[in-house]
Amino acid sequence: MVMDAVLSQYIDAYYLHIMVLIGINIILALGLNITTGVTGQLSMGHAGFMSIGAYTAAIMSIHLGMPFWAALLGGATAAAGFGFLLGLPTLRLEGDYLAMVTIGFAEIIRVFFLNFEPGGKAVGLSGIPEHTTFSLVWLLAIIVIVLNVKLLNSRIGRSFYAIRENEIAAEAAGINTTRLKVLSFMVGSFLAGLGGGLYAHYMTYIAPQDFGFMKSIEFLNMVVLGGMGSIPGTILGTVVLTIAPEMLRIVAEYRLLFYGGMLVLLMIFRPNGLLGDVRWYDIKKRWFGKEVKTWES
Amino acid sequence: MFIEQLVNGLTLGSTYALIALGYTMVYGIIQLINFAHGEIYMFGAFAGLLLVSVFGVNIFIALIGAMLFCMLLGMLIERVAYRPIRGKSSRLSALISAIGVSIFLSTLMALFRGTNTTRYPEIITIHTYHLGSLDLSSLQIIILVVSALLMVGLQLMIHKTRMGKAMRACSQDLDAASLMGINANRIISYTFAIGSALAAAGGVMVGIYYNAVWPYMGMMAGLKAFSAAVLGGIGSIPGAMIGGLTLGVLEILGVAYLSSSYKDAIAFGILILVLILRPQGIMGKKITKKV
Repeated sequence: MVMDAVLSQYIDAYYLHIMVLIGINIILALGLNITTGVTGQLSMGHAGFMSIGAYTAAIMSIHLGMPFWAALLGGATAAAGFGFLLGLPTLRLEGDYLAMVTIGFAEIIRVFFLNFEPGGKAVGLSGIPEHTTFSLVWLLAIIVIVLNVKLLNSRIGRSFYAIRENEIAAEAAGINTTRLKVLSFMVGSFLAGLGGGLYAHYMTYIAPQDFGFMKSIEFLNMVVLGGMGSIPGTILGTVVLTIAPEMLRIVAEYRLLFYGGMLVLLMIFRPNGLLGDVRWYDIKKRWFGKEVKTWES
Repeated sequence: MFIEQLVNGLTLGSTYALIALGYTMVYGIIQLINFAHGEIYMFGAFAGLLLVSVFGVNIFIALIGAMLFCMLLGMLIERVAYRPIRGKSSRLSALISAIGVSIFLSTLMALFRGTNTTRYPEIITIHTYHLGSLDLSSLQIIILVVSALLMVGLQLMIHKTRMGKAMRACSQDLDAASLMGINANRIISYTFAIGSALAAAGGVMVGIYYNAVWPYMGMMAGLKAFSAAVLGGIGSIPGAMIGGLTLGVLEILGVAYLSSSYKDAIAFGILILVLILRPQGIMGKKITKKV
């Protein structure tokens, strides 16, 4: 597109690269935010769903010669489908089983791709056509952000928050908790698959080890650092944690130690993250809203 | 052939059972999946390695030393990472904190020792006994006997001592137990200590059995032991033992008769099947929701 050509003249390629990664990570992290931050169901296999999207989209473009948009959609749908299959038995139950099941699932997926002939086995899949550009990523990221805001302000979004706050009370208020938990998990997986497809068509090369457990932890950190359930918070967390390892050598070197310690300290001192539950709506109301008192408030 | 695989499976399964006990005991009391439990097992294996290779002690002293070390480690983790959160924030926060501890500990060990595997020195000469068609190594006998002793000891402690009684009371109702004058914080701390000691014993024995320890060994073992705990019925102590042994046998048989490249997938397949078909596990009671 024209915009990319113009941008690449004025902005250093390295910064452009980081900004593309930020855009992709925002899509992925917002997906996890819906499942974990908003609905309170800890999913630890986000990278696994990302890899499903990445491989599906890549294979659709390379082997089947599909257009880019179809490949992206196919990857995202495949990830959401697996999310449904995994979420239905797990989310029916009380408790934290989802965390363990998703870790196990992501691990199985990784092993599967290590032995998967059309995916190039352990060597990985190269020669994916480079379709993902800066403007496309940010266009999609903005669409995803807007849809996220719309979703969280809708009846469904409020039900998600209700399930996180108190599942029994939500059920008593007439919310079909299982259905909505599965739905939120599917939306999260869908966005993971979409991000995976974008990633594959940006890097042009993917391998099973790109989507390990630590990648899932990275997304979890993005959601937790910025603020669980908060869209501005998740974006902030994503930006900070994408830039920090690039800019600070010490962060890159001790990255995992830092991630682990950060999770513990955040949970002790700020369990809702830096911008816990700050919503666009609240910001808008504080800065631009005219105070209208109703009997409700 | 089949009997031999069965014995191999029971050996592996008894180590899973030792780890699963820690999960199930902690879950029984505070409904937390102690994610760092696998890392305690890994630290146990390394503590045993240190004792054996630097101080040259025999296997039993190493076992006891590693267990004592991990008792302290388990209590420290509970004190630092879980207690400040307990009662104040949601269960989700506690679970995320546990994941943080797990990553922190495994990375810390990787920084100290590198990510490669370390071999255990030869500390016992391994005899092989032939019983008919069955080959049984002395190491397998040690693992089976030590695990059995630890599990019997645990059962006695839970059912015969004052502290065991307090632990059972806490697992039924933490608030009611504290109203009856039980120091719930201390009981939770002891539970972590005992669970961690059992995991350390498992770690040392697995390290010797497979002759390899590495910083990320806890992750997979922890997940499998968790699957075992769910299979047996999470919260149930006999369930964890049965679940561990069953999982070990199924895994070895799966590798022997199906395929070895999906070895790690077997445990998770079982976990998902159990959650679909019988979420309360083999020994667990059906959970009723309390408002």
